[in-house]
Amino acid sequence: MPTKIEKDIVTGRDTTGHEWDGLKELNTPLPKWWVYVLYATIVWAAVWFVLYPSVPGITGYFPGVLGYSQRTAVMDDVRAVAAQRAVTMDRIKALSFADIRKDPQLMAAAGTAGRIAFANNCQPCHGAGGGGQTGYPALAAGAWIWGGSLNEIYQTITYGIRSGDAKAREGQMPRFGVDGILKPAEVQQVADYVMTLYGGQPGKDVSAGKKLFADNCALCHGEAGQGDREKGAPRLASHVHLNGGDRATVVAQITSPRMGVMPAWHTRLDEATIKSLAIYVHSLGGGE
Amino acid sequence: MFIRHDFIERSAFLLLVLTLVTIAIGGIVEVVPLFTIETTVEHVKGVRPYSPLEQRGRDIYVREGCYVCHSQQIRALRDEVERYGHFSLAAESMYDHPFQWGSKRIGPDLARVGGKYSNDWHYAHLIDPRSVVPESLMPRYAFLAETPVESDDIAARLRALRMVGVPYTDNEIANAVADLAAQSNPTADATDLLKRYPKAVTVLGNGHVVTELDALVAYLQVLGTMVDFADPAEERLQQ
Repeated sequence: MPTKIEKDIVTGRDTTGHEWDGLKELNTPLPKWWVYVLYATIVWAAVWFVLYPSVPGITGYFPGVLGYSQRTAVMDDVRAVAAQRAVTMDRIKALSFADIRKDPQLMAAAGTAGRIAFANNCQPCHGAGGGGQTGYPALAAGAWIWGGSLNEIYQTITYGIRSGDAKAREGQMPRFGVDGILKPAEVQQVADYVMTLYGGQPGKDVSAGKKLFADNCALCHGEAGQGDREKGAPRLASHVHLNGGDRATVVAQITSPRMGVMPAWHTRLDEATIKSLAIYVHSLGGGE
Repeated sequence: MFIRHDFIERSAFLLLVLTLVTIAIGGIVEVVPLFTIETTVEHVKGVRPYSPLEQRGRDIYVREGCYVCHSQQIRALRDEVERYGHFSLAAESMYDHPFQWGSKRIGPDLARVGGKYSNDWHYAHLIDPRSVVPESLMPRYAFLAETPVESDDIAARLRALRMVGVPYTDNEIANAVADLAAQSNPTADATDLLKRYPKAVTVLGNGHVVTELDALVAYLQVLGTMVDFADPAEERLQQ
């Protein structure tokens, strides 16, 4: 307990009045500016309590005098930026691809919007710059499975491929090996022939495989393996491979085909963004 | 001050009483809001409990510590909404025990990853992330593809969740094993599954055993897809 506040001889300060076995403590208060800042923050907290949502109640909360809501704020932010972009994006949405292409300024805006949306949404599968990956088509190569015009690209992005969407692009390749349509030896023969289509198997007798191909595969992939975009049957006479051009991959694909799925993007992206994406993808090098 | 401190400290009884009062205030402030949680979490159309396979996937997500690098909460900030989609609603994690909001984003937010990629992509990516995303620094989870998912106790797991407030029905618990099998087999009839768990995504499966990878992909594919944000006016989303 404070007994006697006295002045310390050495420093000239008051002591606190406490004494422990002859030891005394100097009274060194916090700097005034520090104390006032502390009081100011306490006052500010009270003001903040009144202005902003603060005190919880039984069925709700006190929303604050300003009526601030983070949700409203973010929606306003999003709308404000959308309004800024609307100058170009609304025109991209409204105009046909042909008209957009006539306007270099719109093309530049669509290219930028498309590039950003591509990096966020498409790159994980199709690779940076649309280079493609095993099982995911190269968009820059011009080896289109479903068509490479702006409208066809737009259609693919909007509804996807085997995405479950009602308007999705659908194409199914039978499981020739697994379902026993072709015997294992026949699968090998067809693979032999398919590999000659892109020069992967020079100088081998592939007449048996050629006949099997004509009977089983040509309906979709074409007599010469040129593919059919209506059915989404890839061009086989091509050096651009979706899954790979080695023998094991070709055999596996005939036996139990791998059929990729592309999501429908109209549920995630707005129309102007999808159109921009189509323009960007079209510009990567393979556009038709 | 009003009462001198030394006065309180010298009376053991008064000190005890005032200490209890102080602690009680702190306790009430922390505990009382929990009793009103029913009224404070807004109910939103479409949010449903996880299907058995999704729930097992969620367990694996938690076990593997995915939350250490991935958050599941899109903050109400413009850049987040532009990148990931509509900001997360509290109701979207109302059946998460515990929620996976997370605080670290070494990887991207996963709150709306469902449907963004194909099943194929998720399998390839979890087995070897760099096979599809060359710059990724995510570890490989290939072992999940070789580990059968423990599913014989799935009904008990759902019952346990029901005890903490997830509204699984008796029917759902009785069909848990069947639903788990149906969701991991693309050729199975998914009518009943989808009736009980709308928007459940059937995963690829390998035809003979349900793996932990199947469960994890099923879980990832439903994240953020339950609520239909086509008409995002808040009052219209609510039930």
